[in-house]
Amino acid sequence: MARLLRNLQELYKYRVLVQNLVSRELKARYRGTVLGFLWSFFNPLLLMIIYTIVFGFILPNRSTEFGNSPWLYALFLFSGVLPWVWFSSSSIESANVLMIHGNLIKKILFPAEVLPVVTVTSNLIHFSFGLPILLLFVLIFGKPFTLNILLLPVVVFIQYMFSLGFSFLLSALTVHFRDIKDILGNLLTFWFFSTPIVYPYSFVQKYKLLKTLIDLNPMTHIIEGYHYCLFYGQLFHWKKLGVTFIVSLVLFYVGYAVFDRLRDSFPEEV
Amino acid sequence: MFAIELENVSRVYQKYSARHRFQTFKSALVKGDLFRSMKADELVMAVDAINLQVEKGMTFGVIGENGSGKSTLLKLVAGIAKPTSGRLKVEGKISALIELGAGFHPEISGRENVFINGIMLGLSKKEISRKFDEIVRFAELEEFIDAPVKTYSSGMYMRLGFSVAINVNPDVLLIDEVLAVGDAAFVPKCLDRIDDFRRRKKTILFVSHDLATVEKICDKVAWMKGGKIQMLGEPKRVVDAYLQDIAAMQEEDYQKRKTDVDLEQKWEDERREKRWGKREVEIRKVTLKNLRGEEKHVFTPEEGLVVEIDAAANEPVKDFVFGIGIFNSQGISCYGTNTNLEDYEPVVLQGEGKAACRIEKLNLINGTYYLDVAVHKRDGYPYDYHRNLYSFLVSSTLKDVGIARLPHKWTFSPAIKFETPGK
Repeated sequence: MARLLRNLQELYKYRVLVQNLVSRELKARYRGTVLGFLWSFFNPLLLMIIYTIVFGFILPNRSTEFGNSPWLYALFLFSGVLPWVWFSSSSIESANVLMIHGNLIKKILFPAEVLPVVTVTSNLIHFSFGLPILLLFVLIFGKPFTLNILLLPVVVFIQYMFSLGFSFLLSALTVHFRDIKDILGNLLTFWFFSTPIVYPYSFVQKYKLLKTLIDLNPMTHIIEGYHYCLFYGQLFHWKKLGVTFIVSLVLFYVGYAVFDRLRDSFPEEV
Repeated sequence: MFAIELENVSRVYQKYSARHRFQTFKSALVKGDLFRSMKADELVMAVDAINLQVEKGMTFGVIGENGSGKSTLLKLVAGIAKPTSGRLKVEGKISALIELGAGFHPEISGRENVFINGIMLGLSKKEISRKFDEIVRFAELEEFIDAPVKTYSSGMYMRLGFSVAINVNPDVLLIDEVLAVGDAAFVPKCLDRIDDFRRRKKTILFVSHDLATVEKICDKVAWMKGGKIQMLGEPKRVVDAYLQDIAAMQEEDYQKRKTDVDLEQKWEDERREKRWGKREVEIRKVTLKNLRGEEKHVFTPEEGLVVEIDAAANEPVKDFVFGIGIFNSQGISCYGTNTNLEDYEPVVLQGEGKAACRIEKLNLINGTYYLDVAVHKRDGYPYDYHRNLYSFLVSSTLKDVGIARLPHKWTFSPAIKFETPGK
């Protein structure tokens, strides 16, 4: 524990480095593209359009929450997909990040833990690029804003911790087991549908077993947090979210501990 | 006061078997040996219980063959690799020139890369801004600094990397064979910069295969072999010992190859193409020895060379000339002579005999040489001609160029002063 705290202090010391690497990542990602950073917005938008067509028009939803309006449903989707994309792309990129930057780990004295942090953070920035668009849509199609929207940073912070923990774990393990990358793709698809993103949480209430399973998924409560802040305009379930926060902290600790344990093997394995 | 101290430091690398490479997370879970599969099958001692102290302000050279543990040693000192056992202490800020430009992002400009690389190496943004012009000027990249790094040539890339790393202004500078890629103008500039560090009494750990540079700039040299320090001390002595060891190993290698049956067969095939003449006088054997009579393959110039030719004639022969010719690896004739050119009048050759050509000082530069040996008539009719059938190596500490070393001596009038070479 003391070691973890000391390492976290170190990590804080590297904030300038993280900051610069994140801005480099953002600059480099869309360099050479016509639309530039707008892609951070278009990617989730296109995803949302696909889901709206499929679940709003082809398979019309039966939930009363959307009052049979495909637009309201699209909004609901968007407010869940956007944070989900942040989580899933952070995870996929983290699984690769140590190998991609193997040169840094092998050839210079470089704090490897910076890399997953940079991955999650730069995806957070992408997420926040999409956020104003989402808010605009909420304003046009949705219910009026309530003060509960001010609680959004709390949800974002919990997801940030959760993502970081997961990314530490993934990036360290993938160095030794390269096929995690492939497993991860499938896992994330499964996870996506186990989270109330394309369907409202109230859907699963009827099935007891399903509800228990979905309640055990921390992402459920995080995404529900977004739904409450943005879509329903109500106060989120602070108890559920509080437990999720504790789970996130534990994951962060475990992820970091595994990362730290395997750290010395990185220079020869990546 | 020591800048770098190593106490019984070892570094073990893990060597995985082929089985491990096909190990997957799934199969590890299925077999239930998740953690066992992370263990290595075999261990390699890259650095083996090394004790080393480098005083502050000293330029310390490390030489040795590939795989002798030099780079691992450097990585240990740099903190990139952790010692498996032992204690290691480094005093002051370190900058490691192990790979230049590691961490440059190809898509973004040189300018942005300088900043990020500088931060990675431990500079603050303000410090980089202050030194930025200096870094760019040193790298000679004023025109290209805003172009993406992917458009740089490898030389430009390396120059920028070196320039950033050297401007970190460390107390301990670690250099690993990075000067090898620079062009003729940039390498002296780098060496100047290293000299500048020396003058400012910074500690430098210098790993290189360029023995002449090591001898020139280092105060003390360690020679590593098989993860251990084989010898430590004054540069000239250590470099000489190292070269002798290499020569001995080449010699051994040659002997081993010679006894190899398959190769012997191949040799025999080649031999037929490279040998002609009716063999009225037959060259039975050619032996290369040094002046002390030891049979060798690698010679230093001082050792000299004796070419012994065992010849035999069934019928008495009255017209014969013994000749040798030395060719370098490009096929250029370095020297050739025969008994006729030197006015030896043949009288008679009958039965078995030995002719030896004794070269007192082998004034050739470093390299591989091939030998022609022949017995022929004075008009050129060959009895037995061996074309490039024998080879030897010359291993010399001097790095002079050309074909042969002409005996020479430098003198200077009093206005021109040099330090005596080989301090």
